[in-house]
Amino acid sequence: MPKLPAPPLPKVLTPKPKRPGDNGNGSPATPAEAGITVVDWIDERMSISPGVRWLLFRKVPRGINWAYTLGSATMFAFLAQAVTGVFLAMYYRPDANGGAYASIRNINDNIFLGQFVHGMHKWGASVMIILIFLHMGRVFFFGAYKYPRELTWVIGVVLLILTLAEGFTGYLLPFDDRAYWATIVGVNINGTGPFIGPFLSDFLRAGPEFGATTLSRFYAIHMLLIPGAIAALIGAHLFLVTKLGISAPPWLKAEEPDVLQRAEA
Amino acid sequence: MPGAFEGETVTRRNFMNLTAQGAGIIAVASFTLPALGFAFAPVFTREPVVWQPIGPPSMFPGNTYTTAVITIDPDIGQAGKTIAYVRKRDPGIDTEPEDQYNHFVALSSRCMHLGCPVRYVDAAERFICPCHGGVYNFRGIPVGGPPVRPLDRFYTRVEDGLIQIGPRYSVNFELHRFSPRDPGEPLNGIGQFLYPARFSTAKL
Repeated sequence: MPKLPAPPLPKVLTPKPKRPGDNGNGSPATPAEAGITVVDWIDERMSISPGVRWLLFRKVPRGINWAYTLGSATMFAFLAQAVTGVFLAMYYRPDANGGAYASIRNINDNIFLGQFVHGMHKWGASVMIILIFLHMGRVFFFGAYKYPRELTWVIGVVLLILTLAEGFTGYLLPFDDRAYWATIVGVNINGTGPFIGPFLSDFLRAGPEFGATTLSRFYAIHMLLIPGAIAALIGAHLFLVTKLGISAPPWLKAEEPDVLQRAEA
Repeated sequence: MPGAFEGETVTRRNFMNLTAQGAGIIAVASFTLPALGFAFAPVFTREPVVWQPIGPPSMFPGNTYTTAVITIDPDIGQAGKTIAYVRKRDPGIDTEPEDQYNHFVALSSRCMHLGCPVRYVDAAERFICPCHGGVYNFRGIPVGGPPVRPLDRFYTRVEDGLIQIGPRYSVNFELHRFSPRDPGEPLNGIGQFLYPARFSTAKL
């Protein structure tokens, strides 16, 4: 007698297929696997791992050296400024009638680790300026700004200007004598630019004289306007660096025929 | 036109594209333009004219300068104050024409190099700037160092027996009056065209 096919089971009785990452008992076998599962869960939805691999695990030319880390160093200096700056803003008051100076005194003298965080921000500012100039020097003297990396260079120059503007606007915020007079002198230097200089000075000071809103204006530019622009431009800078790759050091060119010969042999 | 009905000059797809993009531009402009105008407003706002009394005429002889503390910005305490050097006008020295505003000469202590505060040294009859060595003579005209024009002045007038100090004005080397300029901006020759008058201040 021919065997009849088994009748179809009702849906509730059919075994369910395994879900991805399911080892049968409903829980990950080891904590390490649990971590992978979390990452996988996110990556399954965002598909971010190819991008991370593209950004971090890329080919670099032979002969690169420590000078190639100056860009990253500058970026980490910026991150340090961003983090310490955010927390300094929790205690700082942009009040030109003595409150700003008093709040800086309070940060330095009374707040736990206040002097340390303020010091990191203050000295970190100089570190960032030094690093960004060293980075620019490396790119310039290695000829790394040449085709196809001109746009990376242009964005870098804008980042340099914005960083200097951060230094200028941040200089006023402690609102001591040096801050006040440095800002007077700085705004007047800016005013010597022909035609638009005087109007730019009025914009910076919020009027023809240094006044109550000059400080809050500098504070807003220092902590909101420029950092946002710097963060966005660092993103574009990094995208271009990753997309175009790092240029080889200039002395590597002399070795190229040798490399080719070895490849042919 | 392909994709259009008879009599239509723009396709419906194009029309929708333009409408959506136009709406986006209008939406962005509706918050960006007011915010920018808000930020740039002080550039176009005229400061009010304020006269402050500094004392009776007997306090300010003509052969030397007496300091008067005046308020530039009343909202920021000590930082909003500055010093004016005041003396009675001396027709033997002051060759600029006399009018209602200069019976008393009031010089600003703001150096015309970059804005540091100058001090008057009586023995030398010179104004000296501590920052970069600017030197001015008794009339406030530069005789050494980097300043690009004579010291700014303030309008003065005598009212109810008291000298009042008014708004600031700038002068060129011939002591012709100009609306207030910032330090570092020359007013002789091409300077007066390179550094135009600002909207925020004006001559009286």
